[in-house]
Amino acid sequence: MTTSTLEPAPTKANPAAHLTDEDVENLGRELDAIREQIIASRGARDAAYIRKVINGQRKLELSSRAILLFSLFPPAWIVGTAGLSISKIVENMEIGHNVMHGQWDWMRDSKIHSTTWEWDNASPADMWKHSHNEVHHTYTNVLGKDHDLGYGIMRVDEDQKWMPFYLAQPLWNFINACFFQYGIAAYDLEIGKYLKGRTDKDEFRGNAKRVLAKIRKHATRDYLLHPLMSGPSALPTLTANLTANLVRNLWTHSVIMCGHFPEGVQTFEKTSIDGETRGQWYLRQMLGSANISGSPLLHFMTGNLSFQIEHHLFPDLPSNRYQEIAPKVQELFERYGLTYTSGSLPRQVASAWKKVFRLSLPNNFGRSRRVTKTEYAAIAA
Amino acid sequence: MTTTAPRPTAVGALRARVIKFAEQVTTPLVPADYLDVIDPLRSSADLRGRIVAIHPETRDAVTVVIKPGRGWRGHTPGQYVRVGVDVDGVRQWRAYSLTSRAGDDTIAITVKAIPDGTVSNHLVRRATVGTIVQLDQAAGEFTLGDASAKILFVTAGSGITPVMGMLRNMTDRHADVVVVHSAPTADDVIFGGELRMMARQGRIRLVEKHTDTDGMIDMERLDDLVDDLAERHTWACGPAGMLDALEARWGVDGIADRLHTERFRPTVITAGDGGTVTFAKSATVVDAEGSQTLLDAGEAAGVLMPSGCRMGICFGCVAPLRQGAVRDLRTGDVTTASPGDNVQIQTCVSAAAGPCDIDL
Repeated sequence: MTTSTLEPAPTKANPAAHLTDEDVENLGRELDAIREQIIASRGARDAAYIRKVINGQRKLELSSRAILLFSLFPPAWIVGTAGLSISKIVENMEIGHNVMHGQWDWMRDSKIHSTTWEWDNASPADMWKHSHNEVHHTYTNVLGKDHDLGYGIMRVDEDQKWMPFYLAQPLWNFINACFFQYGIAAYDLEIGKYLKGRTDKDEFRGNAKRVLAKIRKHATRDYLLHPLMSGPSALPTLTANLTANLVRNLWTHSVIMCGHFPEGVQTFEKTSIDGETRGQWYLRQMLGSANISGSPLLHFMTGNLSFQIEHHLFPDLPSNRYQEIAPKVQELFERYGLTYTSGSLPRQVASAWKKVFRLSLPNNFGRSRRVTKTEYAAIAA
Repeated sequence: MTTTAPRPTAVGALRARVIKFAEQVTTPLVPADYLDVIDPLRSSADLRGRIVAIHPETRDAVTVVIKPGRGWRGHTPGQYVRVGVDVDGVRQWRAYSLTSRAGDDTIAITVKAIPDGTVSNHLVRRATVGTIVQLDQAAGEFTLGDASAKILFVTAGSGITPVMGMLRNMTDRHADVVVVHSAPTADDVIFGGELRMMARQGRIRLVEKHTDTDGMIDMERLDDLVDDLAERHTWACGPAGMLDALEARWGVDGIADRLHTERFRPTVITAGDGGTVTFAKSATVVDAEGSQTLLDAGEAAGVLMPSGCRMGICFGCVAPLRQGAVRDLRTGDVTTASPGDNVQIQTCVSAAAGPCDIDL
């Protein structure tokens, strides 16, 4: 028989130990009700929102690229680069990530649909949808199942085994941040698995070809054609595109690090998801995600991934509605005695980075939060 | 091997190059995505139109005048157009008869609100001038062709709409046209004023029946109203019962080839529990339980089904529902599709709610 209670990873105290199975199922029903409310009220206002965002982003991109035709003049370079950076961030986060989640499929508009969308990122849409929507969102924070935990190059949880490779993980993380879009593509390709000989060679080669073709296309666009179109401004336009891509990479990397790496986020044992109920799945999402607090502008620029908890509970609800359900979700956390992990962007980024540094060393190095075996037995009982 | 392909012209080659360049500059989108931001009605765009006027016809019917995009190829009177309208943010496609004169730079559809009709009620009561709608090119076989000069139209309710399209476009002043039209009351006759005016001008002979007071027309006794039925070519549009009766009568008389009918109300889809699921591309048909997901049903039958999380969150299993009804097992909500709709559904949380046809 499989156990029906959520099992935290061994070094952690179980923050949901006080909940009975019935509590967890009730929690699930309450969350279902929140979801129902949003679905019932989803309508023309939401559709107008996403169309406005897409329209605005395209206008911003067009005008920024137009301004960059004259990027020889420093003010044009600054304005154009800023506009292009913002445009790329919005395109990746509030639009691309969310459309590919199927958040807007209900509109039945074939142009804004998870099955047709392609984004300005090195990873092809279908590969991203597999590794992100399917693997990460289904197995969130399950050790050995959810590869988003450290992306296979870092140790971000005490319960991941330490290896000397991780000593340099602050450096790996910094490099990954700078080249994040390529990092994601490599990750979606499952290069690590391939190197260990655990993937079908032909399938891997086919996928790799597609990734390289997409990278070539995007690089041609950003680093060749648009600079050439700028004539005498070719070189500044090239640096503007490089800068915009770098800004987008750093920003998206920071925001995404805040979703599951900060202190207070729980990870889970592989066995704990055997026979998992709907309620237990919800509970795992609640404990495995962290929010970023801030202004509406911040929420928008993170693609509403600042509402990571709400997003993980309801990945297919329109992003513009997360803000509205956040207080209801928070109230549930309080009522069920759970911790709603949230903090400002600088705080959460710092917290995630601290973890990257701390866990580059083995657990017993210096002060650690390790729970002793007897303590754990007491908690798990 | 010899090829007979025409040699590309210089202009054609240049055009192809420009298009290729534009695509490279706009990847991963296509140039059209940006042009849509600027001019959604341009000729190369997906066909759309802008509502430029809405005229009330009766208490529950309006004529919607649409300026189609430059890609509109015109229509033949009697044809219909499929219109995609966003109702509560959801795109819904419906077919409506064109009632405008062919050759105008605007087109018109006339819509009667039917009970619980999502799109018709929206167009009649809530649509606003300026709204962009999606369009298909005009289609349909219900046209006059090279008709003889003796014509009979038999219509009921909003069945008058395609016929009005034909009447307004009739140029032959000497044509002998009879219109037999039924509606509940005089006020319910769509285009009542215009039809009566045509009758006064002698362009048509109008037989108007108000079913609230006169009762339904007995198709067996249509001769009482039109004595030279057999000599006429007849076009009929209205409820299925009326058309069935007409077809039976014309069949018995052996003049079925002189009858042209238009059934504009799609077959009403009523949601059931389970049903026959057809996977069109795999040529597989299975009987599915109301509690069984389409994903499970398809996989059990050996259909190559795309799948992912199997719990409704990843959208990896989405496939088009060509027609039929499915039920979301999480909420109980029913989604229906008529031919041409191709509604995208999540097969891992949807079950058959009656016969349905999946594009896999």
